[in-house]
Amino acid sequence: MDVTAPARSRTIAVDVNGEAIEYEVPARRLLVHFIRDDLGLTGTHVGCDTGNCGACTVHVDGAAVKSCMLLAVQADGTRIATVEGLSSEGELTALQRSFNEHHALQCGYCTPGMLMSATALLEQNPHPSEDEVRIALQGNICRCTGYVNIVEAVVAVGEGA
Amino acid sequence: MLLREVDYARPATIEEAVSLLAAHEGARALAGGQTPVNVMKARAAAPDVLVDLADLAELRTIGFSSDSLLEIGAMVTYTQLVGSSEVEVARPILAEVAATIADVQVRNRGTVGGNVCVSDPTNHLPPLLVVLDASFTIRGSDGERVVSAEEFFMGVYMTAVGEGELLTKISVPPASDTGDGFSGVTIGKHGTYVVDAAATVSSEGARIAIGCVAATPVRATEMEERLAGGDFSDDAVREAAKGLGASLDPPSDVHGSADYRRSLAETSAVRAVLQAAGRRKT
Repeated sequence: MDVTAPARSRTIAVDVNGEAIEYEVPARRLLVHFIRDDLGLTGTHVGCDTGNCGACTVHVDGAAVKSCMLLAVQADGTRIATVEGLSSEGELTALQRSFNEHHALQCGYCTPGMLMSATALLEQNPHPSEDEVRIALQGNICRCTGYVNIVEAVVAVGEGA
Repeated sequence: MLLREVDYARPATIEEAVSLLAAHEGARALAGGQTPVNVMKARAAAPDVLVDLADLAELRTIGFSSDSLLEIGAMVTYTQLVGSSEVEVARPILAEVAATIADVQVRNRGTVGGNVCVSDPTNHLPPLLVVLDASFTIRGSDGERVVSAEEFFMGVYMTAVGEGELLTKISVPPASDTGDGFSGVTIGKHGTYVVDAAATVSSEGARIAIGCVAATPVRATEMEERLAGGDFSDDAVREAAKGLGASLDPPSDVHGSADYRRSLAETSAVRAVLQAAGRRKT
């Protein structure tokens, strides 16, 4: 069969948090549902399912993206990082500790997305200003905190480094 | 949300992409997916075949043509535009405007080609590309054709890209003695525009286009004619904008009445022209 012939499903090869995975997914499956339902990684949340809230943010090839606005087949061949991949061997990252120390969450629903957006920022810009943090988190909505503690937590990581 | 079942193909070459688009009725090109995936969730459109352009590396490049035009591939993301040294040198307004589209995650996926091919009247790039006098290269099975920005945008969600065709690149003349400006009012910072205006000012006068007031960007031709003398003082620009609002027939919606949009069109046009004039290299 012609490899580029249109098909209802596709076997994708992805690296998820360092693990190589091959999986056949229907073309219509959203990346977030592949991550949550097929892989069982439920740390990535579905908030609005319209690309506004950012709760579903993951990294695809190092860039923060909203996994509800991507088909799983579009991610074929990429490296995906989810919130589960941040800490290693139970050791929280500096950002995760800072969220804890600054009380940067209340209900926690937006937190995985906030962590992934802030992690992407810190990888590109290890010492962001408050304004830079606010711009980086523009695509992540939090209905509890008013953002003050979240922004403080991210800025503090840069200051401590 | 569950999408309707759809077929998916990922061509390796532009030729293959074009032949897939031509061969299947109801086939749509898939770029970053930041509009179509949501549209498919809402069942506002239901393509039968998605032709993913992800592997077409030649659509992801930014460079210069032999005649010095800035060439932006259709799959170039907003994030790429923002970080491009070529854009910074040739036409920095493109990066400046791209940096205000939605948020980081959307800018990482959303593409220039997607923005223009969706041709949503509130999108940022259409009025800007009209004043920059951009040209659009469209590939079909019969070869390539090039259309101007004013020919490209045909209506709401409608462009010159026909069935079985693919937008491959957008070419923009580099700034010479030109200054560029962009202004408008959004719903929230970096939100959707209620009205926007783009302007370029050069020794040949001003080009001004208003977005969100009609199906496609509207050139403010009378205002342009009044500014042809080259006086870009505050008073002259404000005077030139008078009557622009009355010449428009914008929609009324929850974000603003038609009259409010007429008023915003004049204010935005003035601000965009003054910004452009202030930036002009003289």
